[in-house]
Amino acid sequence: MSDDAILVEGLEKSYGSVKALCGVDFAARSGSVLGLLGPNGAGKTTAVRILATLLEPDGGRAEVTGLDVRRDAAELRARIGLAGQYAAVDENLTGFENLEMVGRLYHLARPEARSRAQELIDGFELTDAAKRPVKTYSGGMRRRLDLAAALVYHPPVLFLDEPTTGLDPRSRLSLWDTIEGRVAAGTTVLLTTQYLEEADRLADRIVVIDHGRVIAEGTSDELKGEIGGERLDVRLEDPADAETAVSALTGMCIEEPKISDGSVSVAVRQRKGMVAEAVRRLDGAGIGIDDISVHRPTLDDVFISLTGQAADGDEADTQVPEEVSA
Amino acid sequence: MSSLPTTVSDTRVLAGRNLKRIPRQPDLLIAYTVQPVMFVLLFVFVFGGAIDSGSFDYVDFLMPGIIVQSIAFGGFVTALGLSEDVQKGLIDRFRSLPMSRAAVLTGRTFSDVVLNCLSLVVLFAVGFAAGFNFIDSSVAQVLLGIVLLLLIGYAFSWIFALVGLFSSTPETANSIGFTLIFPLTFASSVFVPAQTMPDGLRQFAEANPFTTFSDALRSLWIGTPPHSDVWMSFVWVAVLTAIFAPLAVSRYRTVAAK
Ligand SMILES: Nc1ncnc2c1ncn2[C@@H]1O[C@H](COP(=O)(O)OP(=O)(O)O)[C@@H](O)[C@H]1O
Ligand SMILES: [Mg+2]
Repeated sequence: MSDDAILVEGLEKSYGSVKALCGVDFAARSGSVLGLLGPNGAGKTTAVRILATLLEPDGGRAEVTGLDVRRDAAELRARIGLAGQYAAVDENLTGFENLEMVGRLYHLARPEARSRAQELIDGFELTDAAKRPVKTYSGGMRRRLDLAAALVYHPPVLFLDEPTTGLDPRSRLSLWDTIEGRVAAGTTVLLTTQYLEEADRLADRIVVIDHGRVIAEGTSDELKGEIGGERLDVRLEDPADAETAVSALTGMCIEEPKISDGSVSVAVRQRKGMVAEAVRRLDGAGIGIDDISVHRPTLDDVFISLTGQAADGDEADTQVPEEVSA
Repeated sequence: MSSLPTTVSDTRVLAGRNLKRIPRQPDLLIAYTVQPVMFVLLFVFVFGGAIDSGSFDYVDFLMPGIIVQSIAFGGFVTALGLSEDVQKGLIDRFRSLPMSRAAVLTGRTFSDVVLNCLSLVVLFAVGFAAGFNFIDSSVAQVLLGIVLLLLIGYAFSWIFALVGLFSSTPETANSIGFTLIFPLTFASSVFVPAQTMPDGLRQFAEANPFTTFSDALRSLWIGTPPHSDVWMSFVWVAVLTAIFAPLAVSRYRTVAAK
């Protein structure tokens, strides 16, 4: 057996005539976080549902901790925790009762299920709402309860499908801490997201998928490196100087400079010595500089260059749970 | 396949979960208590005078029928609950857990049995208050009637499970349930003797299992012939369960794997 907690090879799945996955490969080492990044409809949820044994693949191989999703489904389910894209909680039970039920269905003894439920309720800041039926919860609270349900049993592998969609920034940060805590304890996490910042912060490796295919793969640094070095941004004192600035910088950039709103942005091969060189050239051309900086491309830049669209640009069918007053 | 102890324990956990919602949802509580009481009062005191129930007091004739109707209807909470579980994605949560897959359905039908026991208590209470008496009936016959009722309830739970799994929303499940049960119970001897019905309707009523069930209970509880309805009822229960339990299980597999 390999060291991969999650292994997917040539995975295919169609819904009728819609090809959701057309031969996807990826793997996650034990104890690492794999970020599955892609726009709406890329096939992220389909991949997660196959790995969690909710869907049968049409072709290819999918294994979790060496267990096959088809052959060893029953055994596999004892090793995973799932927080699906939409919160799966019982509206008529209280938050505490929901977690106790999930614990009992993982076959924890009642006292253990109850103490674990209380721990998670407190950990996810649901203490005040623990005894209220979930139908009175806000969207963010349901989401947190659903994530808590995925963690009831300390499974070695966690699947989190867009875990922070619909969360407020504070809950998002606290969830990131929780996930990092689980990973430090040895859990392997497969995380899907549309937020590049999230993948950047949490994922050891990132797999970018679009239209059911892997279009890029690597660490966040590797992906950024792939689309070409660094960017140099210059804000000019006088926007009218833009054209002159571009011609002054032409020799040092690797593609056509972009002008916007009194700023010039150029892609450069490497970081070293760039700022000094640019200042020298602009100074020589008599152009006043308001601000100058070099930055590495963000995952957003990566995504736009790979797919031709922004990662979160297509919000049409992203269902953000509505906030019900708590 | 999960082991039997696992299935039993998971069924208990899920049945408990299903029962917890009843007192929290006023409409369900009303369906199980106020509604049967209203039916009894309505029929005994409003229609009772105009219905010819032969040599029996109408209340004695009515109670076995109305109890059959209420118990058969008891499973509709399963239809509501299952379609809600599918709609809300809770089925996905269950299917990702290392639990018995059968327990989602057995938990439902099992909690229906518990609810039907509660309904029976309410129905007997209102029946006796309205003047119902057992006539020429031994303790064994009374108990056999109760066993038969619970089995009828169990068979209908599977029918309602199927309805719930075919409904995209709980509201649909509700209206399919009503459309199914009302004609079946009214075109039967639940409320009036089948002999009083016009041709066509009468033949339908005589073939209707609700007529067999109601007449079986009358034969056990108020001493009416024919007694063959009793064993025919057990046959009906076995046939309905044998048809609808596998259909519900197979529908569950399809729905869950989407
Ligand atoms: N149950 C389904 N029936 C038909 N098409 C589906 C179904 N689920 C997903 N799809 C389609 O499969 C593709 C991949 O969907 P999904 O895996 O949900 O993507 P993501 O999670 O990345 O947004 C999309 O084109 C989507 O419309
Ligand atoms: Mg998705």
